[in-house]
Amino acid sequence: MTKLEVQHAVEQFLYRQADLLDSKQWQDWIDLFTPDGVYWMPPEPSYKTWDGTPAIFAEDKNLMTVRMKRVLHPDAWSQRPLWGTNHVVSNVVVDKAAKNGDLVVRSRFHMMELRRDDVRHFAGQYTHQLKKTKTGYRIKLQRVDMTNAQAAYDYVLQVWV
Amino acid sequence: MLQERIPDLAKFVEPDRVRKEVYTDPQIFELEMARIHEKVWIYCGHESQVPKAGDYATVQVGRQPMLMVRGKDKLVHVLYNRCPHRGNMMCGDRHGNAGEFFRCSYHAWTFQHDGKLRSIPMMESGYAGTRYGKDNPDCNMKQAARVESYRGFVFASLAADGPTLKEFLGESRIAFDDMCDRAPGGEVEVVPNCFRVIQHSNWKIFLENQLDALHPSVVHQSTGRAAHEVEKDIAKKTGKAPLSYHMLSAFATVTIDKWDNFQTLNYPYGHCILTGYMGLRPMDPDTLAYEKVMHKAYGKERTEEILGVNIHHVLIYPGLSVQSPLQQLRAVRPLGVDKTLTEIWHFRLKGAPEPIYRRSLAYYNLVNSPSTMINADDLENFWKCQQGLTSDAGDWVSFGRFHGRDLEKNGVVETGPNMGTSEAPMRNQMKAWARYMGNGR
Repeated sequence: MTKLEVQHAVEQFLYRQADLLDSKQWQDWIDLFTPDGVYWMPPEPSYKTWDGTPAIFAEDKNLMTVRMKRVLHPDAWSQRPLWGTNHVVSNVVVDKAAKNGDLVVRSRFHMMELRRDDVRHFAGQYTHQLKKTKTGYRIKLQRVDMTNAQAAYDYVLQVWV
Repeated sequence: MLQERIPDLAKFVEPDRVRKEVYTDPQIFELEMARIHEKVWIYCGHESQVPKAGDYATVQVGRQPMLMVRGKDKLVHVLYNRCPHRGNMMCGDRHGNAGEFFRCSYHAWTFQHDGKLRSIPMMESGYAGTRYGKDNPDCNMKQAARVESYRGFVFASLAADGPTLKEFLGESRIAFDDMCDRAPGGEVEVVPNCFRVIQHSNWKIFLENQLDALHPSVVHQSTGRAAHEVEKDIAKKTGKAPLSYHMLSAFATVTIDKWDNFQTLNYPYGHCILTGYMGLRPMDPDTLAYEKVMHKAYGKERTEEILGVNIHHVLIYPGLSVQSPLQQLRAVRPLGVDKTLTEIWHFRLKGAPEPIYRRSLAYYNLVNSPSTMINADDLENFWKCQQGLTSDAGDWVSFGRFHGRDLEKNGVVETGPNMGTSEAPMRNQMKAWARYMGNGR
């Protein structure tokens, strides 16, 4: 693949990742991860690892599955009100490209959320460690450095950003 | 004005119910701040948050923006975050280091860490013959009337008189004793990250929920069930799921009737203890290794005593919720009659092996972080509570569950056998509230 083709492929992948979240296709989103894949949102950019440190999210596929099953449960009271999100992903930079096609990619995101009449905005940087497989990229680590990570949360984050 | 409209606040509280205005009236809120939060002992922070001279952390006590700061004298001081000159806020960051002294960003007045005036630019020429200067205590940053700490947990009271911290805490001291004793080193250290979550509800709604043993199996069913399913899957594949899944699944597997087996102990200042259920003494290798370290530090007998303490939750009125076996602490900062901030911390047991810390961390991340799968449904209910209370369909909020069946001994209210879901904690909190509001103490 040429650099341009890699850039295009990875952008398409990141758009799809965001699209699956916005369209609430939780299982398809979880399937984007490698079997040992982790979704991680550190409290601050200075954190080096999700292992053994406080985290806003630090979820492997099992914990992702708990979250998915929870939001789909009929008695998840917080899921009753209409809510939706809209992600915009941009500024996609390929930081590292290994010979086997694995990538480290940084991008910026902006997510608007509506819940009842309340609008919230979350924005920040994604860092993806992507594994190249026969069926496309898979996420080994999705690091989410949210600019408002340390701000007070008006209500909580119900699903992945 | 309030006194005319509400001549006798005591009438707002009956033994088994309270008027809804107690949760919705902004004037009652102001009175609560003056008579409760700005008088009694309020948690400011842990000493390990400010290890070095000049380290400070800002904290709200009632309506007052305050600073907790470590002095060169090693003492922790609590000051009003305000310059006595023109009223400027001194420290605009949530935490940091002030350096050798505080310096106001507006006109460069400087102060020692204990608040004493250090210098004013051109003090001699500018203030000669005036009432302002080092001799005038009004030119110092004001200190909290009283500051005391218990096992490293710092409290301030903005009233000069009142019970000592130890007297005020009474039996609820066990929150800190239990937490610190579980450390082979006898003390805990804060993990320097605070999660802050805003609730759109009155501060008392959160407090009442903390020891409401009926709500978990209703409110947290979805997460409990989801976690239980995955827990079983993992167990099938690998033999045993990590303890963290149990922390979540217990919300579903501990059913309402089982919650009745627990007990609450309710104290005159409004504090309350809920006896435990978490099953945190499994016989796995990590726990056994930890017990070995404990034996070395305390001996066998004392270790058994410490690990046998059966507590799930301690509520220290009017704004602190402590889960000592998991080293979790939530401080409640009322922001308005229908808006409340919780500040959520966890602690490391000094000298305990890493896997024991990991349990505390797992609970912090799963239950208490901003992505919490537990509190998400609590907050939804708190909001609905606050909204519903604006309705004129009824004037009262009821706390009738097992009313009349509490056991009272020396002012301590205990729930009876198999009445763990009793609304005794709410009744007791409101009784304390009425007393604070009635005579201001």
